[in-house]
Amino acid sequence: MSIKQLTVFVENKQGAVIPITDILSENNINIRALSIAETQDFGILRLIVNDVVAAEKLLTEAGYLIKVTDVVGVKIGDAPGKLTEALKILSENKINLEYLYAFMARTERHAYVVLRVEDNDLAKRALTTSGFHIITEADVDKL
Amino acid sequence: MSQNYYQKEIETMSKEEMKKLQSEKIVKQVKHVYENVPYYKNLMDEKGVKPEDIKGIDDLHKLPFLSKADLRDAYPYGLLAKPLEDCVRIHSTSGTTGRRVVAFYTQHDVDLWEDCCARAIVAAGGTKKDVCQVAYGYGLFTGGAGLHGGSHKVGCLTLPMSSGNTDRQIQFMEDLQATILCCTPSYAAYIGESLKEQGYKPEDIPLKAGIFGAEPWTEEMRRGIEETLGIKAYDIYGLTETSGPGVAFECSEQTGMHVNEDHFYAEIIDPDTGEVLPEGSKGELVFTSLDKEAFPLLRYRTRDICVLSREKCSCGRTLVKMAKPMGRTDDMLIIRGVNVFPSQIETVLLKEGYEPNYQIVVDRVNNNDTFEVNVEMTPEKFTDKVSDILAMEKALANAMKIMLGINPQVHLVAPKSIARSEGKAVRVVDKRKLI
Repeated sequence: MSIKQLTVFVENKQGAVIPITDILSENNINIRALSIAETQDFGILRLIVNDVVAAEKLLTEAGYLIKVTDVVGVKIGDAPGKLTEALKILSENKINLEYLYAFMARTERHAYVVLRVEDNDLAKRALTTSGFHIITEADVDKL
Repeated sequence: MSQNYYQKEIETMSKEEMKKLQSEKIVKQVKHVYENVPYYKNLMDEKGVKPEDIKGIDDLHKLPFLSKADLRDAYPYGLLAKPLEDCVRIHSTSGTTGRRVVAFYTQHDVDLWEDCCARAIVAAGGTKKDVCQVAYGYGLFTGGAGLHGGSHKVGCLTLPMSSGNTDRQIQFMEDLQATILCCTPSYAAYIGESLKEQGYKPEDIPLKAGIFGAEPWTEEMRRGIEETLGIKAYDIYGLTETSGPGVAFECSEQTGMHVNEDHFYAEIIDPDTGEVLPEGSKGELVFTSLDKEAFPLLRYRTRDICVLSREKCSCGRTLVKMAKPMGRTDDMLIIRGVNVFPSQIETVLLKEGYEPNYQIVVDRVNNNDTFEVNVEMTPEKFTDKVSDILAMEKALANAMKIMLGINPQVHLVAPKSIARSEGKAVRVVDKRKLI
């Protein structure tokens, strides 16, 4: 029920992300969501793609450091206050949130949030119990 | 300009008299070492040299060399020539076992070392009327203790400040009207900048002279320090292996450092063949301790590239002069006055689970050394969490600080991003242009 996130270590210099997105596009891999966290030294590019296995293989072959992590994807109604609602559930359940990023679906009026927490199962249970829809790899493919 | 000397008779001795003095001392010293240091006795026996073969200083070349590797093999007591109960002090370089040098001193050794430092202070114009601010680090490092002792011998009012806490340094300097400052040149420059920032002009600063050493510095840096502090800046040379600062010191001429050759005999050798080179040749500097008791190194290879000169000096001293070292025969770096070997960085990386893919970048910004270490991230360590990676950088920096005694800035970088030339990674980028 988790979705896979691809993390790439990138140098903090101009144009460093381009070769990565190039490799993905050349191989018909679609990016569903992405976030970059950067420090003075380096950047960490996090991607949700439609084919994690192929993307990991291609980028590793190209010499990139890759890490695949399970993250929680949750569907959020496209209305003010919906994200807060989800975050409150995590907080009430003492689930520590490392980071999050959001993306919109192309067709539906829904936003999706990628959550990185210490305990995925706990987060999923808490959110499902409160009526949130957790997305799967299969969902990612269709988005 | 009238000249003052701390030990005039020695400092202005004729070349012949000096040679006689050195010869008397070396004959005694070789006997002392041969009888009390089995490690060196073995080296002499292997070379087929007996103490009787050394009849004077001209026979010195017959003796075997000592190197850093010998110090490592003999650590900690193997080169000690006196019972520990006769020793009163140790000093040490930073670094772990193997790289660390621990030197022992009897009271006699401390005395002669302090005499050497006193000569340096007097050559810089110091008298008992001066207030001498010692801002070298105190402790295992030889800088603080050496100049502190020298300052006492001259009779200066000594301010044992140690390094750091610049605001306090400035307060004491002003309140107690310090006239001589002893510290590393980069710290002197830093104090100078701080004074300037606080609105002091050179004429407001009571200092007249500075004795700066323990790290390489340029003529340009000297001029900068002299200008901001309104002083004359003198160089001083030494190493823990021989005792500490004061092995050689600069006089008013500021054209090289007079070697205290009644205690430390200097040779220049070809680093490849070990052959002694004639005066004026560039080569590796080798020191022989002529009368130290506890830790008397004979023909110790410093790895510093240098030139000796006996040209007449306007200060009246006849002591041989050494140029500022022009480089190293090994890969040692001196960063903020601390000796750093790239292999130490490598040791830390392996211990912490990283590949030995790294690059040391040293620069000098506003007269202060910057010290950065780039380390390639590994697949095993890589994570999607920024906080974890920052914590890894911090942990590595801490481990390096423990090993080296100084704090580097560690940057984790992408695999294979460290520059390689002909397939080999470039380990050191020194942008300081010190030579």
